[in-house]
Amino acid sequence: MPPELADHRAAGAPGRAGRALARLHALGPLLGLALLCVAGAALNSDFASLDNAMNVLTRTAFIGIIAVGMCFVIICGGIDLSVGSMAALIAGSMILLMNKLAPALASPLAVVALGMAFALLLGALFGLAHGLLITKGRIEPFIVTLGTLGIFRAYLTYFSDGGALTLDLALSDAYSPVYYASLLGVPVPVWVFLAVALLGGLILNRTAYGRYVQAIGSNEQVARYAAVDVDRVKVLTYVLLGSCVGIATLLYVPRLGSASPTTGLLWELEAIAAVIVGGTALKGGSGSITGTVIGAVLLSVISNILNLTSLISVYLNAAVQGFAIILVAFLQRGRR
Amino acid sequence: MKFIQRLLSAGAIALAATCGPVLAQSKLTLGVAIPAATHGFTGGIVWWAQQAKKELEQQHPGLRIIVKTAGGAPEQANQLQDMLTVNKIRALVIFPFESAALTQPVAQVKRKGVYVTVVDRGLTDSSAQDAYVAGDNTAFGKLPAEYIARRLEGKGNLVALRGIPTTLDNERMDAFNSVLKQHPELKLLDAKYANWNRDDAFKVMQDYLTRFKQIDAVWAADDDMAVGVLRAIEQAQRRDIRLVFGGAGAKGMVKRLIDGDPLIQANVSYSPKFIYDAIKLTAEARLKGEKLPSTTIIPSVLITQENARQFYFPDSPF
Repeated sequence: MPPELADHRAAGAPGRAGRALARLHALGPLLGLALLCVAGAALNSDFASLDNAMNVLTRTAFIGIIAVGMCFVIICGGIDLSVGSMAALIAGSMILLMNKLAPALASPLAVVALGMAFALLLGALFGLAHGLLITKGRIEPFIVTLGTLGIFRAYLTYFSDGGALTLDLALSDAYSPVYYASLLGVPVPVWVFLAVALLGGLILNRTAYGRYVQAIGSNEQVARYAAVDVDRVKVLTYVLLGSCVGIATLLYVPRLGSASPTTGLLWELEAIAAVIVGGTALKGGSGSITGTVIGAVLLSVISNILNLTSLISVYLNAAVQGFAIILVAFLQRGRR
Repeated sequence: MKFIQRLLSAGAIALAATCGPVLAQSKLTLGVAIPAATHGFTGGIVWWAQQAKKELEQQHPGLRIIVKTAGGAPEQANQLQDMLTVNKIRALVIFPFESAALTQPVAQVKRKGVYVTVVDRGLTDSSAQDAYVAGDNTAFGKLPAEYIARRLEGKGNLVALRGIPTTLDNERMDAFNSVLKQHPELKLLDAKYANWNRDDAFKVMQDYLTRFKQIDAVWAADDDMAVGVLRAIEQAQRRDIRLVFGGAGAKGMVKRLIDGDPLIQANVSYSPKFIYDAIKLTAEARLKGEKLPSTTIIPSVLITQENARQFYFPDSPF
């Protein structure tokens, strides 16, 4: 887990006391997760099995990786509503590209490698487009990404004729280890998720860039006067997020080997929820990668527990998730 | 000056349009209102509607078909108004987004003298429609249950997946359960919603596999969901499951059936092609000035390896 630097400068209680207080708040999501796990294990002994834990973490990897990128965008005072649609379009585009390349290239592995590189590039480009529209075009991020939310998904639907785009079988077999294989008993997506989270934590807490991101989110005007290149920092947060979406997508495609208009539906809300449940302020300024990771896992665990039990009417599943999100947010509420 | 000229010419065009020749009987503008392509099945609906437009407009020079897709019930209601006032439709084929919410808007269209055919999801008041064309949801739930009961010889553990909470889904589930009642040794362990979505189905199935150590058959209730179910079984390397039953006859699953997949041994038809049939029936009847029977049920039938070829449409997206 990356070290955390809680923003306690505005705490009004400077020094050690303020830091301790901030630490306590940061424990909120962890406390919520621990409570949930205890409840899960009590309801069904299979919950605590290694296989189940790995299933849940692997599932979380997509949302978790996107949430790490989203964390940067939100801390910087922005928002991105398009990540689910972006993931869907990247998935569809990379499947189209790989199917086209397959006859031309002899080795399926080369095709898959190209496809993966393409996913990353496309994600970064989409992020760059968002960043430029928001900074140079001076349009609210909410509006820009609300627009692209519709645009991305519509193009995927267009490419797939409303059906599914499916990867050729030979490619699918070459590609599937990326999702299904394990290293030291831990599935690949979980390793990638961990690496992305560590890297994100490092950038946020140990680099000048990370400090600029937080400074801009706290007070953009002050950051400008302090000679921070606000536009460049902002654009980069969207590029980072786009790259994270690219990484999540290239892990996601080998799972089912197809993309359809329902791919990545509501991922944006899950990613934003993970960030906010993890203790990042929606208005920006301060946030935590560790919290975000815990938030993402927590959201998956809720639905996992619901699937492992029949206690609650299936109609109420969404309500349980809603209650849990509000409860965790309550546990870690900071100063307003 | 220019402005006045433009105004005059616009007026002249408008006049010409209203005082044009009275529409001949061989002319018909038909509106089609369907849900937007959000998953495999609705993707198929959209594709078949476009096919109907292409083929029928070629066959009947006087026919104009306007296809509108909506993302939700309010949007669909707005589209009905637009088609009435802007496109001046005289016949409507609608696949309602929600039964209750669209009953009033459709009734108003009918009151304006438009001939209305409702497809698949019935309205809450049948006087708001002239004709009803539907797939067979009861058979959609009943046939899989009967097939599974036969294959497992009346005893074993089942799990089921459900779509999105809707009356249509309830109808299918109730039909499935009514068959299970006759087989006391067939146990339905659980039935959770997976929203007709591959990814959700993958997760739900993973959790079923964690939770239940012995599963004999899975009613995935939809071919999209069956995709996720099969991947989850494959990943867990479970050998106890003998049968996965999807539904709706998507081309990928029918292909597996033809190729002899060990888990996919049967399917039940519920083709999005019924929108094509409904448009064709309505257009051809109205061009002749005739009416349709008040209810047309497109039967859902069991698809097995023997008859799978008749249900395989490789060009359709679904």
